[in-house]
Amino acid sequence: MSLLLALPVVLPLAAAVAGMLTLGRPRWQAPIGLAGSAALLAAAAALLTWTWREGIHVLEVGGWPAPFGIVLVADMLSAVMVTVTGAVGLAATVYSFRVVDDGRLRAGYYAFIQVLLMGVSGAFLAGDIFNLYVWFEVMLMASFVLLVIGGERPQFEAGMKYVALNLVGSVMFLSGIGLLYGATGTLNMADLAVRVAADSAEARYATVVAMLFLVAFGLKAAVFPLYSWLPASYHVAPAPVAALFAGLLTKVGVYALLRVFTLIFTQDAGYTRELLFWISAATMVSGVLGAAAHQDMKRILSFHIISQIGYMTMGLALATPLALGGALFYMVHNIIAKTNLFFIAGVVRRLRGSYELRELGGLARAHPWLAATFFVSAMSLAGVPPLSGFFAKFIMVRAAIETREYAAAGVMLGVGLLTLFSMVKIWTEAFLKPAPAGAVSEGVVGAPSWVPVLAFAALAIAMGVGAEWWWRPMAMAGEQLFDRQGYIDAVLGGAR
Amino acid sequence: MELLLAVTVGWLYACGLYLLLRRTLAQVVIGLALLTNGTNLLIFTAAGLVRGEPPLIGGGETALRAGTADPLPQAMILTAIVIGFAIQAFAMVLAYRVYRSVGSDDIDALTTTEPPPPPVTVQAEEADG
Repeated sequence: MSLLLALPVVLPLAAAVAGMLTLGRPRWQAPIGLAGSAALLAAAAALLTWTWREGIHVLEVGGWPAPFGIVLVADMLSAVMVTVTGAVGLAATVYSFRVVDDGRLRAGYYAFIQVLLMGVSGAFLAGDIFNLYVWFEVMLMASFVLLVIGGERPQFEAGMKYVALNLVGSVMFLSGIGLLYGATGTLNMADLAVRVAADSAEARYATVVAMLFLVAFGLKAAVFPLYSWLPASYHVAPAPVAALFAGLLTKVGVYALLRVFTLIFTQDAGYTRELLFWISAATMVSGVLGAAAHQDMKRILSFHIISQIGYMTMGLALATPLALGGALFYMVHNIIAKTNLFFIAGVVRRLRGSYELRELGGLARAHPWLAATFFVSAMSLAGVPPLSGFFAKFIMVRAAIETREYAAAGVMLGVGLLTLFSMVKIWTEAFLKPAPAGAVSEGVVGAPSWVPVLAFAALAIAMGVGAEWWWRPMAMAGEQLFDRQGYIDAVLGGAR
Repeated sequence: MELLLAVTVGWLYACGLYLLLRRTLAQVVIGLALLTNGTNLLIFTAAGLVRGEPPLIGGGETALRAGTADPLPQAMILTAIVIGFAIQAFAMVLAYRVYRSVGSDDIDALTTTEPPPPPVTVQAEEADG
C-alpha cells in the first residue's frame, strides 16, 4: 500500500517515456499526456484521502531503513500539494488540446509537461534533502525546455535569463547541502532536524547554511529581492505553459521554504522569522506595485504571482499552526485562481490577438462567459467574499492579529486593495470599455480550452463557499508542520 | 590540504560569479560551469578528506573500519556532475540559439522580452513638433 507514495512520480515518468518513444506520432502525444495527468490526479487524490485518514506515511525506497536510505514522505502538506499538482497538470494538458502546433508536438511538448509534473511531485514527496535537489533539477530542466520549445526569439532571450538565474539558485542549494552534510553527516530531513536541534555548536553553523537555503529557495519562489527573473520570462511562454509555471513552479520554492524552516532550521527561529517577515512584506508590496505599472495582461499577472508569494511566506514568518495552515490554504487558492487567470489571458489572446490592455476591449459584451470566469478568478485573487481568496486572506490576517503582528495584517489588507485595483484595471480595460476601432479580430477558441477555465472558476467558488470543508485538511497540515516531532517520529520511528 | 581546497573552491566561485556578471553569453556559460565545479569540490571538501582509506570492507570483516573515506559525498558529486553536465550542455545550445536569433552575444542586446518604452505623452509630441 505504501507504494502509493511512489505513484505520483512513477505515473508521469511512464507517460513521459511513452510520449518520448512515440515522438514521431503527433496524434498520440495528447492522449498519452492526458492519461499521465489523469492518472497522477487519481493517485494523488488516493494519497490525500489515505494521509487524511491515517496520518503521515513513509516509503523507504529499496527497503533501506530511514536515516540511511532514501525516503518518500507524505504528510498533509505534501499530499495536498501533489493533488493540486495533478489538477493543474490535467487542466494544462486539456487546455493544450488543438492549441499546440505540430512542431511543438514533435519536440515532445506533452512529454515535457509530464517530466515537469514528475519533478514537482517528487519535490513535494522527497524526505531527503539531496533528493529534493534532484527533483528540483528535474523540474527546472523540464521548465527550461517548455519555456523555449517553439523557438521564437523572445523565448530564447527569456530562456537565457531564466536558466542563468535559476542555476545560481541551484548552486546555492547544492552548496548548502554539501556544508550541511559536512556538519551533520546525514541527508535525511528528519534526521537533520534531530541533529541540528541537538547540537548547539552545529546550530550556529546551521544558521549560515539556512541562509544559503533561504536564498536558493527564495530565488525559486521569487521573493523580494530575487524575483527579477520571473516577470522577464513567464510572459513569453505559450498560455498553458505560463499557467503551469505560474501555478506550480514558484509554489515548489514556497513548499521547500515551509519544509526546511519548520522542520530543520528551527534552532534560531527569532532571527529567521524576523528576516522572513520583512522579506514577505517587501515581496507583497513590490510585486503589487510592479503590477500597477504595467499594461500587458500577462505581465500584470506575472507581477501578481510575486506579490501573492509574500502572503504565503508571511505564514511561515508568523509560524503558528493557524498561519502555516493558512499559508497552505493560500497556496491552493492562489494556484487555482492564478492558473485560471493565465488560461483566460490565453483565451483573450486567441480571441483578440493581443495581451495589451490598450488594444483590448468589449470582451464582456462579446463573451459573457469568459467575462464571468475572469471576474470570479480576479475577484478571488483580490480577496472578495465569498470567493476562495477572501477566506485565504481572512485566515492570514487573523493569524497575524493573533500573534500581535498588526503591521503584517495592515500590509496584507493594503496589498489586497491594490490587487483589487489591478484586477479592476484589467476588467475595465479588456472587458468593459468598447473595443478600439478596427481591433476586433475574432479567433476561435475550442471546447478543450473552455473546460479547464470553467472548472477552475467553479473550484474558486467552491473553495470560497465550502471554505470550512476545504480548511480542515489545511488546518491538519498546519498542525503537522507546527509539531515537527510527529514528522520525525514517522520517518525515524521504524529505525529506533 | 583542506585549506588549499577551500581556497580553490572560493577561487572557483569568485571566477564563476565574475564571469556570470560579464556581458558576453559565452562567458556567462563558462561562469556557470565554474560555479558548478566549485560546488562539487565544496561537497568533497566539506565532507572531510581522508587519505588512502578506501571505503572497502576487508576479508573477514563485517563493517567498515573507523576512519575510512565516506563514499556518500562522492555519490552525491557524481549525481551533481551528471546534472551539471546536462544543464551546461543545454545552456550552451541555448546560448548558441540566442546568438543565432539575436545576432549578437551581448547580454544587453536581449531586450525584446522587456516592456516597451512608455507611450509618448501628448505634451512631448507637441514639444517635438
